[in-house]
Amino acid sequence: MRANSLWIIVLSFFVALVLQVLPMPDLLPMETGYLRPHWVALVLIYWIIALPHRIGLIIAWLLGLLMDVLLGSLLGQHAIALIIVAYIASSLYQRLRMFAVWQQSLIVFGIIGIDRLVNFWIQSIVGQSEWSSWYLLSPFVSALVWPWIFLVLRYMRRLFNVT
Amino acid sequence: MLALSILSLILMAVDQKSELLDDVRAALVVVVTPVTVIADYPSRTAEGMQSMFATRGDMRERITQLEAELLLLKAKTEKMAALTAENNRLRDLLGSAAKLQDNVLVAELIGVDPDPEKHEVIIDKGTTSGVFVGQPLLDAQGLMGQVIETSPYSSRVLLVSDQSHAVPVQVTRSNLRLIAQGSGVTRQLELMHVQDTADIQVGDLLVSSGLGDRFPVGYPVGVVNKVEHVPGKPFATVTATPSASLIRSRHVLLVFTEEQLREPLAGNGRDS
Repeated sequence: MRANSLWIIVLSFFVALVLQVLPMPDLLPMETGYLRPHWVALVLIYWIIALPHRIGLIIAWLLGLLMDVLLGSLLGQHAIALIIVAYIASSLYQRLRMFAVWQQSLIVFGIIGIDRLVNFWIQSIVGQSEWSSWYLLSPFVSALVWPWIFLVLRYMRRLFNVT
Repeated sequence: MLALSILSLILMAVDQKSELLDDVRAALVVVVTPVTVIADYPSRTAEGMQSMFATRGDMRERITQLEAELLLLKAKTEKMAALTAENNRLRDLLGSAAKLQDNVLVAELIGVDPDPEKHEVIIDKGTTSGVFVGQPLLDAQGLMGQVIETSPYSSRVLLVSDQSHAVPVQVTRSNLRLIAQGSGVTRQLELMHVQDTADIQVGDLLVSSGLGDRFPVGYPVGVVNKVEHVPGKPFATVTATPSASLIRSRHVLLVFTEEQLREPLAGNGRDS
């Protein structure tokens, strides 16, 4: 990869991390936090589909560790969840490329649902969390956001010729 | 896949059971600090805009109002100083060790945990300013929580409303000692094991009792907003509203009590 196209991937992950911890406006109730899509996983899935030879499990693992530190969760919790996300995405990438965007959305719903579930399992083993149906909102919103992520990142990739 | 997963599992186990990884985490926090700072930018800018677009008249009015408030507070402080001196003298007479003099360090909120299940915030002071794990945090109205994780330039604070947080309190009116547990809802604390016959009523002020040696004595924690006696249950259901505005306060105070000050700390810029 040429050095000048590397930064677009780094930048996209950086923006995703910022969006992941962006505080909700004070006026909204705290429960709106459940509506937050899993930005990091969405961007990760895109780059795995687009450049499976570049972005793989190790990047996913490092991103997960950064998320753990940002969110103050157990070191390794988001890491293992993102490894699973990356593993599923990289084993499906050829099929995902053939799908229409809305079909990809369905798969994204499934993948991020699994990610949430893994996170929830780990939290409940440590004893921090109780199940609530609110958890289903995040995968749903992520699936709704996916087409835009896909289009924007594809546009960026073509514009800057990231290969 | 397998290797990394196993590595993650090992990391989690070590992180859960020991403090070996705390330094690693502190170093990584420094790496991700830009993310936190940039994520804080929108709300900071919104505040800046407000003062930028305020008219001259508004500003003037605000200054007058603040000056009046300052005068009032100064008067109160004068009285406070006299009372503190008297109180300390009386305590000296009694031979008691507790003194009403805490030093504080002003910090600023730079992040709120995005997970609605966790009531945690991030502040902009860290170990370089002498912040330590377990340090109590106040805002202008009352007790906010305690530091649970430190890194050189920021710290993570667990708020009193978090489900895993409890603080020993005392009812000012009846001197009844209780434990206030977070409920997972921002505006609510639950009082545990309140006997049906206990002398507690709506409107009672709860202050930290200082038992447990973690929180200093006498800072407001909450006001009782509901007392419910359920027949057949051994304890009454009592809830309280936290005094501190937990998520809205931007400026917060870290408390150094005297015993902690005696230990050599690297911190400076601390005002009393």
